[in-house]
Order: sequence, then structure tokens, then C-alpha cells
Amino acid sequence: MVMFKAAFVREWRLLARQKADWLNPLMFFLIVLTLFPLGIGAKPNLLAEIAPGIIWIAALLSVLLGAERLFKDDFRQGVLEQLVAAEEPMLAYVLAKIVSSWCSTALPLLLISPLIALLLGLDTAAWLAVLLTLLLGTPLLNLLAALGAALTLSADKGGILLALLILPLYIPLLIFASAAVDQASLGLDYSGQLAVLSAMLCLALALVPLAVLKALKLNVG
Amino acid sequence: MFEAVNLQLTAGQLLQIGGKNGAGKSSLLRILAGLAQPDDGEVFWQNLPLADGDFPQNLCFIGHLSGIQPQLTALEHLEFWQAAFGFTATDGFQVLATLGLAGLEDIPCQLLSAGQQRRVSLARLWLTTRPLWILDEPFTALDQSAILLLQHKFTEHLENGGAIILTTHQPLTQHFPAAQLLELAYRW
Repeated sequence: MVMFKAAFVREWRLLARQKADWLNPLMFFLIVLTLFPLGIGAKPNLLAEIAPGIIWIAALLSVLLGAERLFKDDFRQGVLEQLVAAEEPMLAYVLAKIVSSWCSTALPLLLISPLIALLLGLDTAAWLAVLLTLLLGTPLLNLLAALGAALTLSADKGGILLALLILPLYIPLLIFASAAVDQASLGLDYSGQLAVLSAMLCLALALVPLAVLKALKLNVG
Repeated sequence: MFEAVNLQLTAGQLLQIGGKNGAGKSSLLRILAGLAQPDDGEVFWQNLPLADGDFPQNLCFIGHLSGIQPQLTALEHLEFWQAAFGFTATDGFQVLATLGLAGLEDIPCQLLSAGQQRRVSLARLWLTTRPLWILDEPFTALDQSAILLLQHKFTEHLENGGAIILTTHQPLTQHFPAAQLLELAYRW
């Protein structure tokens, strides 16, 4: 717990001093979403129809964009090496990293989601579904992105490798999340999709931090 | 990579690993610190293989990477280390003052010189109570006064029953009564 707090505080200080790390993915998200209405033209119905997919694809790309930096600096500067040598507090460190990356890359997406709904012509019910799926789905995005970042840590040009490795894993999430929003915009019940998302999240929460830990150790050793 | 390396270190002893560039000093240190596994042979801590015992909790490892995050201040580094490694709560200002960094506590480390960053990195030795120190080139970028200060710290640590393994190209200027020297050499 002490380690978790220390690593979390450290991460927030870094984010406060390197604003590009979390502002860039957010700007990317906004710009991608702005491009769609412009590209599709004056077809509000079509836009509202494809909106769930667009929002989710933009969200997972922007999380991926912020993922590469996650362990990079600590690896280059030898912080990871020291933590691995001391062994004990590693899991708390990994969890602190993942939680702070969710707060910095995914939480802003949730906060601006009303704006996005307005932009893409979604009604309130669909927006609520977007919000709920993002709430359940983005932690999963961050967990998997952290895994990718840990696996590709010592690879040169790890960014594209990270994307190739992790994007396929996002497919189930994408399917269920956009299905939920679709259902919501038709006025149907989508609690089934939310339950599946929750189950995926629980599974990832239990397994991914351990896998990240192992991957970090392999990269350092 | 290595052949016939056999060494033993007891409390109060200092082991200096020497050898030319590329002789494998750092690799040997990484094996001793448990960061890398030897192809053959074993490392023991208090008669237990490294993986089995409480070795990590007894080790303070400072590699040739400093572990300094450029955007954080010296004091923030100390704070993190204390929490992360369970170091005893010590007054950070005092430690930094001892290391000649008074007045620089609140400046991001990227604005410090290489030697000053090294001093911040070595501040861990003033915080820790762990018995075994493994240090890779601790004197790099340090000036004479800091080198002397560090060696005094070594003496103090050894007198308290600690042990030190280090690599360095500079001969130790102080006399350590219980020092061993291991010289690594190529053999093609």
C-alpha cells in the first residue's frame, strides 16, 4: 500500500510536468471524432448509426497512443532495474501505473463524452450507454495496453509492435461495447452486453497485472 | 560467459571487481544481484539460493543507470525510495545536505549536473539499512570530495557489519582492511 501510494504520487507528478503525455491522446481522440462528421457530410442519421463504432475505435487508438510511454522512461533510467532487484513492491508499482494511466488517458474521455454525443448526434439513452461501456471498457483498454507496453519494452520502435500485438485483443471489447450502444439507441435493453464487459474486465484485472509484472522482469533480466 | 568464478563475501567485507572494459564486470554484478541468471553455477545468500531466501530485502543495488527521473526533484526521489524500498524515514534535507546538495532539493534533476545527479542517486546509501550493497561504478562523474565522502560511508557501513560489492576503474584511495579484489580477464 505504501508503495502503491508512492508510485501513484510519483506518476501524478510526472503527468503534471509532462502534460503532452496525457493531453496528446485526448487531442487525438477529439480530432479523430471531429473528422468523421466532416468526412461523411450532412447525413446525421448515418452518423448517429455509426457513432458507437467510431467512438470506440477512437478511444482504443488514443489509449494505445498513450501506452508506449508507460514503462519506457523507468526502463531507460534504471528505475525498473532497481525495483526488480528489490522485488517486493513490484505488483503495487504495476497497479499504480495502470490506475494512473486510466486516470490520465481514459477518465478525460468519460468527462468529454457528453460533448462527443452532441457532436455525433446521439440521444441521451445512447450517450448513457456510451458512458457506461466506456466506464467498464476503458480499464480493460488500459490493462491490455500496459501489457503490450511491458512486452515491447526493450524493442526498438516498440510503438507499432505494441499496436499489432494489442489491437487484436481489443476485438471482443469493441464488439460488445458497440453492440450495447446500438441496442441503447434502438431503445432496447443492453444489460447483457454490460455483463459481458464486466466479466472481461474482472478476468483482465485478475490476470493482466501479474502478466505485466512477469514481462517487466523478463525485459530487465 | 564466465569461467571458474568462485567468491565468498562475509559481513564487514568489501569486494572490488576489476577488469578491462567489456570484461564482464557489470554482467557479473547483475548475476550477483539476481537480475540475471547464470548459465551454470549458483549464487547463495546466507546458504540459501538467491531465489529462495529473503535476498531482495537485504540488497541495495545501484546500477550504472542512475534511476533519476529528469522531471522530479531530488527530494521527490528520496521520498519515492523511502516508500518503495521501505527505507527508514530520514530527513531528506539532511541527507542531501551531507551530499553537498543543500539548496538544490527542489530543483528538477534535469537541471543538475551529471555529478550532482549521481549524488542524488547515491543518496539511497544514506537512507538504507540493508546489509548488502552492490554498486556498479559508483564513482562515475563524482568529484574528489564526493569520492572521499562515499568511501567514508563505505567504511561506516563495513564497520556496522555490512558488505559491499563494487566495480570501479579508480583505485580506492582509502584503505579498507577487509577488501578483496577480483580481477576479470578475457580468455579467448
